[in-house]
Amino acid sequence: MSGVLFQVFVYLCAAVVAVPVAKRLGLGSVLGYLIAGIAIGPVLGIVGAETEQLQHFAEFGVVLMLFLVGLELKPQLLWQMRARLLGLGGLQVLASAGAIAALGWLLLGHWQTAVAVGLLLALSSTAIVLQTLTEKGLMATDGGRAGFSVLLFQDVAVIPMLALIPVLAVPELSEIARHAAGEAGHGASGQAAGHGGPGAGAGLSLVDGLSGWAYAGVVLGAVAAVVLGGHFLTRPLFRFIASSRLRETFTAAALLLVVGIALLMTLVDLSPALGTFLAGVVLADSEFRHELESDIEPFKGLLLGLFFITVGAGIDFGVLFGQLFTVLALTVGVMAIKGGILFGLGRLFRLRAADHWLFTLSLAQAGEFGFVLLAFSTQNAVIPPELGKLLSLVIALSMLLTPVLFIGYDRLVLPRLRSAPDQPPDTIDEQGAVIIAGAGRFGQVVNRLLMAAGVRTVVLDHEAANVERMRQIGIRSFFGDASRPDLLQAAGIERAAAFVVAIDDRDRAVDLAEYLKREYPDLCIVARAFDVDHLYLLRTAGADVALREVFDTSLEAGAATLRAVGQHPFEVEKLKRAFRRHDLDTLNELYELWDHDLEFSKNRALLERVRARTAAELEITAADRSRLHDRTERGWTPPPKGYTKELDV
Amino acid sequence: MSSDPAAGAAAGAPARRILVLFAHPSLTRSEANRPLLTAARALDGVTCVDLYAEYPAFEIDIDREQQRLRAHDVICFQHPLYWYSTPAILKEWQDLVLEHGFAYGAGGTALHGKVFFCACTAGGPEAAYCAEGYNHFTIRELLQPLEQTAYLCGMTYLPPFALFGARTAVQEGRIDAHVADWVRLLTALRDGTLDIARAEPLPRLNADLDALLAGTDPTAACPVEDGA
Ligand SMILES: Cc1cc2nc3c(=O)[nH]c(=O)nc-3n(C[C@H](O)[C@H](O)[C@H](O)COP(=O)(O)O)c2cc1C
Repeated sequence: MSGVLFQVFVYLCAAVVAVPVAKRLGLGSVLGYLIAGIAIGPVLGIVGAETEQLQHFAEFGVVLMLFLVGLELKPQLLWQMRARLLGLGGLQVLASAGAIAALGWLLLGHWQTAVAVGLLLALSSTAIVLQTLTEKGLMATDGGRAGFSVLLFQDVAVIPMLALIPVLAVPELSEIARHAAGEAGHGASGQAAGHGGPGAGAGLSLVDGLSGWAYAGVVLGAVAAVVLGGHFLTRPLFRFIASSRLRETFTAAALLLVVGIALLMTLVDLSPALGTFLAGVVLADSEFRHELESDIEPFKGLLLGLFFITVGAGIDFGVLFGQLFTVLALTVGVMAIKGGILFGLGRLFRLRAADHWLFTLSLAQAGEFGFVLLAFSTQNAVIPPELGKLLSLVIALSMLLTPVLFIGYDRLVLPRLRSAPDQPPDTIDEQGAVIIAGAGRFGQVVNRLLMAAGVRTVVLDHEAANVERMRQIGIRSFFGDASRPDLLQAAGIERAAAFVVAIDDRDRAVDLAEYLKREYPDLCIVARAFDVDHLYLLRTAGADVALREVFDTSLEAGAATLRAVGQHPFEVEKLKRAFRRHDLDTLNELYELWDHDLEFSKNRALLERVRARTAAELEITAADRSRLHDRTERGWTPPPKGYTKELDV
Repeated sequence: MSSDPAAGAAAGAPARRILVLFAHPSLTRSEANRPLLTAARALDGVTCVDLYAEYPAFEIDIDREQQRLRAHDVICFQHPLYWYSTPAILKEWQDLVLEHGFAYGAGGTALHGKVFFCACTAGGPEAAYCAEGYNHFTIRELLQPLEQTAYLCGMTYLPPFALFGARTAVQEGRIDAHVADWVRLLTALRDGTLDIARAEPLPRLNADLDALLAGTDPTAACPVEDGA
């Protein structure tokens, strides 16, 4: 037990120290984790043997990440990307694998080994690239999208690659491999479980020994289960769980969903990352999207961080320094080849200046799937163990260099491009310009008006039934507690111009207004108040506009009554306007006296006393009436009789 | 000259403060008035009030408007011509703000000596605005109610600064020149370089703006119209 605690302590320590420092220095969190890993692994030697196992575990972070990416991506958007997905992704994998394999053939002699090396180095690091793109807010740019298409294609391409590798076995190596296979049965990682691969003995599989057709049937069935289940089953399930109002149950359900899908995919020898991605896409339209996002996010962050640490910790400095030149030359060579091909493809697919560079620089590394394929290839006698060690260093080093390339993009490429004239702005996906918290009767009317005016809105409510009702009539609404910062983040608060606080909990509404003003001072806050008491609290909390919920309706009711008893409608209108203005003045006047440090109820007594001392209650009303009278009489005042005599001069 | 004794002029600072009361109920669709407003807003010494924005429900604040009038020397209504007159809010503004005892009648001297004019855009072509045209009257004639209002309030009335064929001014490339004239006019009014005496009887302010600004040397032009 204490051993586990010590490990956890070390890893967390490394992350907590290195990541903020790296971010402060502008290096990004990924490089921070990698450096932390190097520090606790090869440099200090605190951790060692367990890193490889941990890495397999941490790879689940990639699965979670793809689920989150899927959540951001509506099916229509994915469909729009199809040309790039196949064209850009396909060409990248083919061209990079081909070029590296050709070079490998020259250097190694065995074409089989060369092809395997080409394939595994053609893959890039989904973890590093997506994490960095998201962190820098570049995911929605053209370059980010293009990069994502390629990564997605690569993730799919891993499956046929795993099937292909056993075929490439080099006879001379098979003998050695048979020995190794005994001890190095590969870990729990799902990605390595290639269909029919001789090394894929570990773990369960539903499809072992099935014929090709039956296998295809099972695979299609599994995918259909994810899509249909995601579409039809998750909603009632989540709605049921949401109604229990237990946060941790919802989190557990979200994790269960992702783990379940990953397991299903592993059982049928598909990529779990791909499966959860698909589930994410299916749920992108769901009202629970933001809630799922904010629940899964921390797990993803921690696991990915762990993954990066293990990459850093796994660097074998012995081999590195022994063959320093070779490792460096190979790393730079691989990155140059991949970068060159990416640059060419970027031109072919007409990426614009900044996007073109982003695309080229972000994907030039090798990635975590490379490790997986590498282990698989060594087991299958396609790549000799010494070469395996070397390549594993090349992969790690290229991953380590990627954040450096991103920094280069930020510091060298962007400034130069920015000064160039006529650079059209990147198309950033528009998010809700107004967030409405609370989809009760109040929030709904606000939302309808905004939508009628063509303003994009995101509606949040913690009552699943409300959300469902809104969705039925086609309103973008999401389930979740609006006072949670992570949910607000997911709803796009960074880019919102205004926020409507219409939640039905008095105290939470005040807290929310206060939080929003503190974190987003530029955001305009419009808040619903239940009464004057609440209104003052909201105003003090920082609401720019606070309105009493029943005031205007009551006024309208009064006006309707006045008309009903025979008053001229326009006289009623004038009175109503004057009344509202007068009331507003009074409200503002009293607010000055109101002391927010005192409890309002006590304070009201105080105000009452102030009033009582100045005049008797009746007199006040009388005074009020005459002030009101002045106001209604002002305007369209006829000139005094006989005034024309003054004019005729 | 009962209003401001040109306190700023002596110091060489802007002599006249200009108030542009702007009225357009459909600003997003405006092609002619919008660039004019933008240009006016960019000028020093010019206050622009978008009446429809400030009083979307026509609840005009009389006190505030009267205070504004007191604080300026030149009052301008800027608006599209709607039924040979102003859009409704300007009429509402007149009915409410120009009170007895403030603008006219006993003690109503707040506006005395100020300059008043309209800057309007008309859909019809210039040729239509004459006795022979389909509108039968000149633009100055049609705006006579405003002219007489100005006189009753003791103001100096200047003829309208008008753009005709406003719906096609942009596509025919006439708007830039008009905006430039507008800026010259406002600047000259502000700096006291407009020949007001000469402008008063004209049919339109921009019929021959160059002539009104002839004394481009401000030192030469200034004293003449200060006595107007
Ligand atoms: C309600 C209304 C009444 C109008 N009446 C007149 C009119 O009497 N005479 C005229 O020449 N144009 C008339 N027009 C045309 C407007 O003057 C013209 O659309 C406007 O000057 C264009 O300016 P803008 O681009 O700033 O909106 C009228 C337009 C509307 C909408």
